[in-house]
Amino acid sequence: MIELIVFYIFGALLLGAATMVVVMRNPVHAALFLVLAFFCSAAIWLLLQAEFLAIALVLVYVGAVMVLFLFVVMMLDINMVTIREGFARYLPFGLFVAILMFLVMGLVVSSDYFLSDAFSTFSHVREGYSNTQHLGQTLYTEYLYQFEIAGAILLVAIVAAISLSMSKAKVTKAPNPGDQVTVKKQDRLRIVKMDAEGKE
Amino acid sequence: MITLTNVLLLAALLFCISVAGIFLNRKNILILLMCIELMLLSVNMNFIAFSHFLGDIHGQIFVFFILTVAAAEAAIGLAILIVMFRNRDTINVESLDSMKG
Repeated sequence: MIELIVFYIFGALLLGAATMVVVMRNPVHAALFLVLAFFCSAAIWLLLQAEFLAIALVLVYVGAVMVLFLFVVMMLDINMVTIREGFARYLPFGLFVAILMFLVMGLVVSSDYFLSDAFSTFSHVREGYSNTQHLGQTLYTEYLYQFEIAGAILLVAIVAAISLSMSKAKVTKAPNPGDQVTVKKQDRLRIVKMDAEGKE
Repeated sequence: MITLTNVLLLAALLFCISVAGIFLNRKNILILLMCIELMLLSVNMNFIAFSHFLGDIHGQIFVFFILTVAAAEAAIGLAILIVMFRNRDTINVESLDSMKG
């Protein structure tokens, strides 16, 4: 019973935070509400006994991805007036699509099929069971190649992000050592021959 | 007791909110990226719910890989956003029409 109450509290917080992400005027506030949404869903994942992924969500998403978002939001000087044009115009259409989609998905997921006994094996968790150990053993044996591919994807993402955002324009005044050693005396020194000037 | 239907309905609501967000904030790429993150979160929640209620760890493995790909996607998306802002001084999606015939 208490689990259900906690689930409803965090679910309501999650939906409220997601709504605020969508309607917020200021992108910094939207990013902070997204952080709140990630925290609430981490709590729900803890209720569903996915401890490792709940902690990973907080560490990876809140700690890395959302900080990256906040950096970018604060670095860019965005003109919000032009960005917000058309919000009221698309509001009825957006709401219509969302409600229609929710009706369709709700019809599917609220069928009695998902309440059957096939979906109640969660109580078989033994005492001393470690979610992290089980996840790690499966990941490093059955899914080893996929794990390595995931590492390669992250490497490619690093290379792509750096090469995209690295500035091509020369903005620093650092000297080029190659140019410095090949310079000749004629490049720098100009000898001017002129007659001596007489006294006034 | 939490039932599978509870979690699935919550994830469906979250997904619909983020779809509405994509329609409402069509001009702002930053909010669009955030809405995509919310969508991936709701998908992950479905995977975790099924993993819990079926007693099967493989759903959580999928969530692990989705988190990896989503982090890579966010990094590349933000890099593209920065390049776009540097070239055009705006993140308005509608200004991306230089290839229009």
